[in-house]
Amino acid sequence: MSQLTDMTLAQMRDGLRAKTFSAHDLAEAHLTEMEASRILNAFLVETGDKALAMARESDKHLEAGTARPLEGIPLGIKDLFCVKDVPTTAGSHILEGFSPPYESTVTQNLWHDGAVCLGKLNMDEFAMGSSNETSYFGPVKNPWRRAGSNQDLVPGGSSGGSAAAVAAKLVPGATGTDTGGSIRQPAAVTGIVGVKPTYGRCSRWGVVAFASSLDQAGPLARTVQDCAIMLKSMAGHDPKDSTSLKVDVPDFEAAMTGDVKGLRIGVPKEYRVDNMPEEIDALWQQGIEWLKAAGAEIVDVTLPHTKYALPAYYIVAPAEASSNLARYDGVRYGLREAGTDITELYENSRAAGFGHEVQRRVMIGTYVLSAGYYDAYYLQAQKVRTLIKRDFDEAWATCDAILTPTTPGPAFAIGEKADDPLEMYLNDIFTVTANMSGLPAISIPGGVTKDGLPLGLQLIGKALDEETLFRVGGVIEEAAQFTAQPDVWWR
Amino acid sequence: MTTKSPEATTGQKLIQGVTGPWEIVIGLEVHAQVSSNSKLFSGAATEFGAAPNSQVSLVDAAMPGMLPVINKYCVEQAVRTGLGLEAQINNYSVFDRKNYFYPDLPQGYQISQYLQPIVGEGTVLLDMPDGKTVEIGIERLHLEQDAGKSIHDMHPQHSLVDLNRSGVALMEIVSKPDIRSSEEAGLYVTKLRSILRYLGTCDGNMEQGSMRADVNVSVRRPGEELGTRCEIKNMNSIRFIRAAIEYEARRQVDVIEEGGTITQETLLYDTANGVTRSMRSKEEAHDYRYFPDPDLLPLELDQSWVDEIRLSLPELPDQKKKRFIDDLGLSPYDASVLVADRERAAYFETVAEGRDGKLASNWVTSDLFGALKKSNLDVTESPVSAEALGRLIDLISDNTISGKIAKQVFEIMFAEGGEAADIVEARGLRQVTDSGAIEAVVDDIIAANPEKAAEVATKPKALGWFVGQVMKATQGKANPQAVNEILKKKLGG
Amino acid sequence: MSVDQDTVRRIAKLSRIAIKEEQVEPMTGELNGILAWVEQLREVNTDGVPPLTSVVEAKLSMREDVITDGGIPKDVTRNAPETEDGFFVVPKVME
Ligand SMILES: [Mg+2]
Ligand SMILES: [Zn+2]
Repeated sequence: MSQLTDMTLAQMRDGLRAKTFSAHDLAEAHLTEMEASRILNAFLVETGDKALAMARESDKHLEAGTARPLEGIPLGIKDLFCVKDVPTTAGSHILEGFSPPYESTVTQNLWHDGAVCLGKLNMDEFAMGSSNETSYFGPVKNPWRRAGSNQDLVPGGSSGGSAAAVAAKLVPGATGTDTGGSIRQPAAVTGIVGVKPTYGRCSRWGVVAFASSLDQAGPLARTVQDCAIMLKSMAGHDPKDSTSLKVDVPDFEAAMTGDVKGLRIGVPKEYRVDNMPEEIDALWQQGIEWLKAAGAEIVDVTLPHTKYALPAYYIVAPAEASSNLARYDGVRYGLREAGTDITELYENSRAAGFGHEVQRRVMIGTYVLSAGYYDAYYLQAQKVRTLIKRDFDEAWATCDAILTPTTPGPAFAIGEKADDPLEMYLNDIFTVTANMSGLPAISIPGGVTKDGLPLGLQLIGKALDEETLFRVGGVIEEAAQFTAQPDVWWR
Repeated sequence: MTTKSPEATTGQKLIQGVTGPWEIVIGLEVHAQVSSNSKLFSGAATEFGAAPNSQVSLVDAAMPGMLPVINKYCVEQAVRTGLGLEAQINNYSVFDRKNYFYPDLPQGYQISQYLQPIVGEGTVLLDMPDGKTVEIGIERLHLEQDAGKSIHDMHPQHSLVDLNRSGVALMEIVSKPDIRSSEEAGLYVTKLRSILRYLGTCDGNMEQGSMRADVNVSVRRPGEELGTRCEIKNMNSIRFIRAAIEYEARRQVDVIEEGGTITQETLLYDTANGVTRSMRSKEEAHDYRYFPDPDLLPLELDQSWVDEIRLSLPELPDQKKKRFIDDLGLSPYDASVLVADRERAAYFETVAEGRDGKLASNWVTSDLFGALKKSNLDVTESPVSAEALGRLIDLISDNTISGKIAKQVFEIMFAEGGEAADIVEARGLRQVTDSGAIEAVVDDIIAANPEKAAEVATKPKALGWFVGQVMKATQGKANPQAVNEILKKKLGG
Repeated sequence: MSVDQDTVRRIAKLSRIAIKEEQVEPMTGELNGILAWVEQLREVNTDGVPPLTSVVEAKLSMREDVITDGGIPKDVTRNAPETEDGFFVVPKVME
């Protein structure tokens, strides 16, 4: 492995400015890694020519002393983001061959700040999944394996391609989206950092919609600082998204003071779930100790409706998805399967174009919105959501951020949970509350299991208070000294 | 007098079946296109008649990841219309998705308003030909997106889809089932269109589809429970709306009287054959799965903005009509004819300004409208301007010409243009009021007809013959009043 | 509440997803598994609780009525499976 790809995003930024290497060198090094690591199936589209052209442009800026914040930094883009004239599929057969004539606001922001596009990253189909196994283009392999095992593990999902690419050092950072945990959960099981910002912080314009009231874009990278750098560029008000917040973007990097003295960190008892693996509990305790040692005050908080967040999520998200995915009908773009009439054309195109998990969720969503069931399911779920949000509002009276584990366990084997949707859904049990209430959250690598697999700690913050998350996250990162690396078996 | 349907109208518009009389119950859902430059949720143009898919944004085509952003002007026009209908304005309203699949509905849902519309209950007053007024309740007005257009008749196996209309802002105005006849339905659409045009919120152009109506029709025995209704979709002509109602009501009566029952269904009116028929595409029962659109936030209006809009409202037809009757002394019928159209009313008001209202009304409603109708012209295309007509009327009032001569002058003005005073001068039409001159003519005629003059003492009617002779001799220019007085003085009578 | 096979067929129809007869039974089982699990939401007392309308505390902002978009028919149709004279083409729809 070359030294260039070993660096953090921040180190790359500094090296480029010091002219230790060029953006072109950096892009080439990463393209080499990317091409050598195809067995991971992390990339769906490799945009090598585009990357080199963008890198050359960055070198001009670096030469001229007009470097922008992300000048020359190569990034991978989750395939949910539309990148102009680059195929965008959302991991689905139904969008195969679709080439958007537009650029998502988030990626536009990244290119505007000088970032270089390496390609599009694999994901669960329409972001519906927690293991990347629902991708039409095949599962992504987690770079990590259990000690002494050759078994392929999942990288989490739905931003599994993003997480695997960052963990395997094919990219220093990648974009992801998080609807129920889709950034934080894969980050946790691949030993990297992932941030889901406050709902409305990043524009959803040009991002293929899964569940509009929950979807939020965010960064995945190997350090807290790298995520802070990326998020600064990704975020910002967008008049094209009515749910985008009209607020300034703080300097997240500067928020990482290393000082958490006097900060109150809430520990919610409701997250101590039945059958919680001992290793997860131990990691959580460890996190508490680290923060205590750093001078934070640990307070017990209660979030009584926590156990209802996941079932409510599995009503709200499919309901919105059933409507959001109605546009994939074989008329204006995407897969078309013939039919004798228009209804058959729709039914055949959608049956052939959507995978099983997507079909199941579209059907659940259709059912819970249908006449006679709306009040019992959808309306009740949205009321429960109000209660979940109120729980947090009350907790903020006594704490500044909340510490929990990110996932109920480490990466599992490909195929291990594929047959039981409910088992799969439980992967999001700790992450989904932040989506349901629109709050920002971060996952930081905390340690490894006895098998050597990474585990993550999650911090949930107040709305628009990502700064506290970066500040506390930086302290946990520092304390954890997570230096474990996966053995390079994939190249 | 204002009466409330249905009580006051039952009894006069019943249809006779073989088993007795039936009452028609009608409710209308009018879709009025907001006169905006751009669409409700995108910046694409709304102009009529553009090349296929040329006025379509990526949002209107429902490309992946596209999001709606609402047009403030469209919201303002909905509020304005609500205020014009004297309806309740809801400062908090919600946009919902109405989910169904159709090739001209790219998102697979229409953004509309369901449980919480922007405008609540209001009223529309119908001016009946007998001078009475009927009140029709408005249930609600909501904002929604139009769909695109499917063309089914250009290709044997295919339909073609153009999304230019997709996303255009519509106000759906839903009436209560207060309408009791095809005539009232026609008057309702006419009145609604008039109000929208006064407000400037919709151009009311039905041929281009900027105003369309879904017509719900049912029949019942007078005073009984509502019957099952059928909905005739997408009507864009008042004449056809009336014909379709007549046909459909009769059809329903026949079905029931023959022992059948009405099934609730969606119908199309076949204009070629004058019949309604079931819409195949709507056969399947719908389940629209409405839910609040998560891409939008609730629409919250500042009361101060609503008040500002209220202050900017023009005088509306009902208010204008009342003023014409109360202040200008017009008959209710003439007043309603004049206010029905914003331009006509404006023309009249210019003519009436500083003049006798009734005289102005007579000239505008009979002479001007008659001449316009004959030449197939709109009031905005009138060859005689309102100012010029006013000056013509002034010549009558100051006795320069008689009313009869004025009609002659008007015809010249209408055909050739020109100013009334100039025409009167050039053609020597000025009225003779000089009693000396009239007396001379009178004396000549009496002298020439001594027997007739003697008759007047016993048959006062004979005086009329002398008046006619004098007018003839003066080519109508003698002031008729002066002629009468002089004749009476000289002949007794 | 649980769904039967006819309901599953009806939902598939509403969703415009062709479902093969042999898929109906397993899908019925899967949907019932999920529905039975979400059923626990009924335990929650939500009397007087308003449904959440938006997690962001913001007012819907509005745009001015200006033409800023459209005029891109080629972009609109370039991904279409079938077009003719600038129109999208679908099998004939009977009204
Ligand atoms: Mg309707
Ligand atoms: Zn409508």
